Amino acid sequence: MTQLALVIDLNVCVGCSACVTSCKEWNTSGSAGPLVDERPYGENPTGTFFNRVQTYEMGTFPNSETMHFPKSCLHCEDPACVPVCPTGASYKRKEDGIVLVDYDKCIGCKYCSWACPYGVREFDEQQKVMKKCTLCVDRIYDMSMPEADRKPSCVKACPTSARLFGDIHDPESAVSVAIREEGGYALMPEWGTHPSNHYLPRRKVKMKIHADELERADNPLKLDHQLPMPDKDASTMDDASAW
Amino acid sequence: MKPAFSVIFLTTLIGAGQGLFLALFTHQSYALFGLLPMQSDAFYGYGSALALLLLCAGLFAAVFHLGKPSYMFTRAWRGILQWRTSWMSRELIALPAFMAGVFVFGLIHLTGFRPVMVTLPSGLPIDLSVVAGVVVTLLAFALFICTAMIYACLRFLREWHTPLTVINYTLMGGSSGFILAAFYAASAAPDQADFFAGWAIIITVLALIGRVASLIRNARLKPTSTIQTAIGVKHPKITQRSMGAMGGTFNTREFFHGKSDAFLRAIKPAFLLLAFVLPLLLLVLSLSTHALLGLAFILQYIGLLAERWFFFAQANHPQNLYYQTVG
Repeated sequence: MTQLALVIDLNVCVGCSACVTSCKEWNTSGSAGPLVDERPYGENPTGTFFNRVQTYEMGTFPNSETMHFPKSCLHCEDPACVPVCPTGASYKRKEDGIVLVDYDKCIGCKYCSWACPYGVREFDEQQKVMKKCTLCVDRIYDMSMPEADRKPSCVKACPTSARLFGDIHDPESAVSVAIREEGGYALMPEWGTHPSNHYLPRRKVKMKIHADELERADNPLKLDHQLPMPDKDASTMDDASAW
Repeated sequence: MKPAFSVIFLTTLIGAGQGLFLALFTHQSYALFGLLPMQSDAFYGYGSALALLLLCAGLFAAVFHLGKPSYMFTRAWRGILQWRTSWMSRELIALPAFMAGVFVFGLIHLTGFRPVMVTLPSGLPIDLSVVAGVVVTLLAFALFICTAMIYACLRFLREWHTPLTVINYTLMGGSSGFILAAFYAASAAPDQADFFAGWAIIITVLALIGRVASLIRNARLKPTSTIQTAIGVKHPKITQRSMGAMGGTFNTREFFHGKSDAFLRAIKPAFLLLAFVLPLLLLVLSLSTHALLGLAFILQYIGLLAERWFFFAQANHPQNLYYQTVG
């Protein structure tokens, strides 16, 4: 069975919000109608977004580190928001595991947003229905697009390729390999919702140099620092660096 | 959570309606076995009409919880479809079923159409109103369970995720309904008011115990989710610098009550006093004079509104971990 999901590499994300704007652009232009924006140029602009980039700081300055954290629907394998919906407007697709809202069935009671621990559903104050990330379901299956474009808008927009998209049930997919080999983790695992979206942790590349590596291993005669420095023009194979 | 006034009125009004019906049928059951004088059909019939009025008012309040009130006619019927998984769906079935039941129960009394359905071995005739009463009583309890389970089933809203939620919704609805029944009886059947007031005292005491128990429980809760599990970083000091929006979002509006901590602290003793202590005092006094029963019901209803507001406001949703700083 397929479970489409995003894998977001927090080591790579620079917090530019390109995924946020491209998501909004794509999803406000679709057949499902616009994503509401209230007072977009006013004092307190607000609106419905499927994706937001947040910023967290670990530690205390100067020993602190900043992490940018894109957050959208995690398309849980056991979504808490789906069974609580009284009308069946909220559902999880069997064929690819995408959690969707049928805007024509939603009565706007907001109960699903109460049942989601991640706060990724956002009510549309104009259409008065609940909305959420669709994984660009109207894009990834659009055969009129070149295959390279059949990816969620946010994935296409990311300038640092921090967002991967694929089937996490296929062990050979890029997302599965990334989760497996790069330490992919789920958010709030304590609730047993089994989020499909995973995050790759921030990790630092460090090189450990041992003392014996500072000495030439191929210097059995211990001639380092003993020979005179060869003439600049003299032919050297190896001893120049041994000076 | 942000308390929605539609839901506050819905739960308190139907709670009183359910309690009032239960009070009426309790009286009829006592009277059936000769423990109390059987009252006229009009007493039970008009009492049921009063209960139905409260239920209709509750249903009317619920309409405003929909995205648009027009969804009531265009979409709300779908709400009964997911009864296998959704407690809200079950409530949407139980509420009209109970209302229809109260209507039929009242109609049986008001028309006097009470054919004997079965005769107990003791020779006691069980007529249609009793059979209907038993069925509607079961529906009343089913509705209490459905209403409360909407909140109690949300496992990460830990303030609600306890059997006490169901127990308290039932007891508070019962208390409110029995006080109203006592008030109703004070004018319709004055010699029976003390019976209802007596039961109201017992149920109100139980409701007070249940509510205080849940307050104590909730005061001791430790959050399961932390900022560390929310973003998956193991560091003792994590500060949010930006939530990804400047002017507020659905997530900042829907999951926070928007009042100060001082207000929250003040409302707790206020509802304990109004919903439980004062009504109890007035009920005890009313055993000698029935004049105070109306005041008891109104004061308690105001207290129950405050209680319900606090119930919602106190629940701390784990999503708030992601929305701490505008930045």
